[in-house]
Order: sequence, then C-alpha cells, then structure tokens
Amino acid sequence: MLMQRLTILVSGLIFGAGLAVSGMVNPAKVINFLDFGGPFDATLLVVFAAGVAVATLGYYLTFKRAKPLFASAFSVPTSKVIDARLVGGAAIFGIGWGITGFCPGPAMASLAYLQPVSVVFLAAMAVGTLATRLLPAKR
Amino acid sequence: MHTDFTLYAGLLGGALIGLAAVVMMAGAGRIAGCSGIFRSMLTAKPDADFIWRALFVAGLIGGVILARPYAPNAQAVALPSLAAAVIGGFCVGAGTSLSNGCTSGHGICGISRFSIRSLVATLTFMVVAIITVYITHHVIGG
Repeated sequence: MLMQRLTILVSGLIFGAGLAVSGMVNPAKVINFLDFGGPFDATLLVVFAAGVAVATLGYYLTFKRAKPLFASAFSVPTSKVIDARLVGGAAIFGIGWGITGFCPGPAMASLAYLQPVSVVFLAAMAVGTLATRLLPAKR
Repeated sequence: MHTDFTLYAGLLGGALIGLAAVVMMAGAGRIAGCSGIFRSMLTAKPDADFIWRALFVAGLIGGVILARPYAPNAQAVALPSLAAAVIGGFCVGAGTSLSNGCTSGHGICGISRFSIRSLVATLTFMVVAIITVYITHHVIGG
C-alpha cells in the first residue's frame, strides 16, 4: 500500500512537472494552439505527440507483465460504446476548454499559482460534474 | 498573452506527462485520468481510494512548484477571467463526466491503449474547442 501510494505521488509530481515544462499549465498557451485565426502556437501538438509516444511504448512494455508492481490487477476501462453521451460530453468539454484554456489536470495544477480563479474554476467544475448525476444513469 | 512555440520544452514536457501515465499504470495499474480522479474525489469518503487520488493531485501541484524555477513556460500564466471560469468550469465538469475522460484520460492514456472511444472523444473536444475559440475571439470578441 505504501509503495503504491508513493508511486502515485511520484506520477503526480512528474505529471505536474510535465505541465509546467511544456507550458500546458498556462491557459494562454493552450488557447494559442486552439486559435487558428490568431497568434498560433503549435506547442500543444508537440506535447501531445510526445506524451502519446512515450505512453504507447510504456504501456506496451507494462502490459507484458501479468500485474502492476504494487497492485493486484490492472484497472482499465473496458467500454467500447460510442454513443451520444460520449460525443456530446466531449463536445461540451470542448466548449469549456475553448472558453478557458483549462482542462482538469492543468486546472488542478494551477492551484500552485495561488490565484482565486483556479478555485472558482474547480468549484464550477465540481458543480458541472455533480449536475450530470441528475441525468438518467448510463445504460 | 503572446506565447512562443517551444519545441524542446514541448517534447520534454510531453514526454514527462507520458511517463507519468506509465508510472501510474506500471505501479498502481490505473489510468492517470485527471477528470476521473477529480470526479471520484467529490463523492469518496476519506478512505483509501480518496487518499491515493488526493496524493496524485498534491503531486500535480507540487510538480508545478518544483519545476517552475527551471521552466520558462511556467513563469507567467494568464488565467481565465472569473466569468469564463464559472461558465467554462461548469462545461468542463459536465462534459468530462458525461464522456468519462478529458485530455489526459482520453487524449494521452486512451489513445496510447488504442481505444477508438478515446480517439473519437479526443477528436471531438479538439474540434469543438477550436470552433469555440474562433467564435469567442474572432466572432464575438473581435
């Protein structure tokens, strides 16, 4: 249990460092990638490509093992359903991402800057998350 | 705020994010999905599952604090306005909850597991975000 928690903390630290180094913790840098009509900054695409490349190789090697180092089994999503909930939800997320330049990881990481707006964003995100519980449960 | 294209910082930062996803899977057997971790923390009692999620979030914040002095890209950030944060935050919460993932869970982790579901979600939120920025910056905002 201790080793598992330590690994997760380290994973978070590396993730946060990656967001800082790449500049993805800065919503302006994200917006400048999304803004094809403005001062375009292609960095996000490079970050994405590098992240997927490393994770694809790392996952490939990881899944050769029968189980994780510090847990009894791999816990990965198994759903293959592509429905309105998936596409509609992703579209609503895209609207929020475009309006703010924040997605959940950088929004949480931005608490490091001690700005009230990070807390406001996360509170609104919590309300939005809880609001979906009012909808009919997933079939 | 103007930002420069930073190729090497982007490559290094992206590789670190990918590595974080691998560490999470290899060590704990879990997806490093930020929206799922956030959503689960909203309801979980302070039990063992809450603790590992809180540790991950503490790591996210700590990672920025530790790397910031060495990361030119993280020196100055332009955060959204309060009004944008309220509307955008609600949309990000609702949308990621409905689609079960965000940029990390679907974008990095999902695509790296060759999940078609995640690829569809990622293409959708990318395209919609680009359209949203076009509308807010060039149609409404001018």
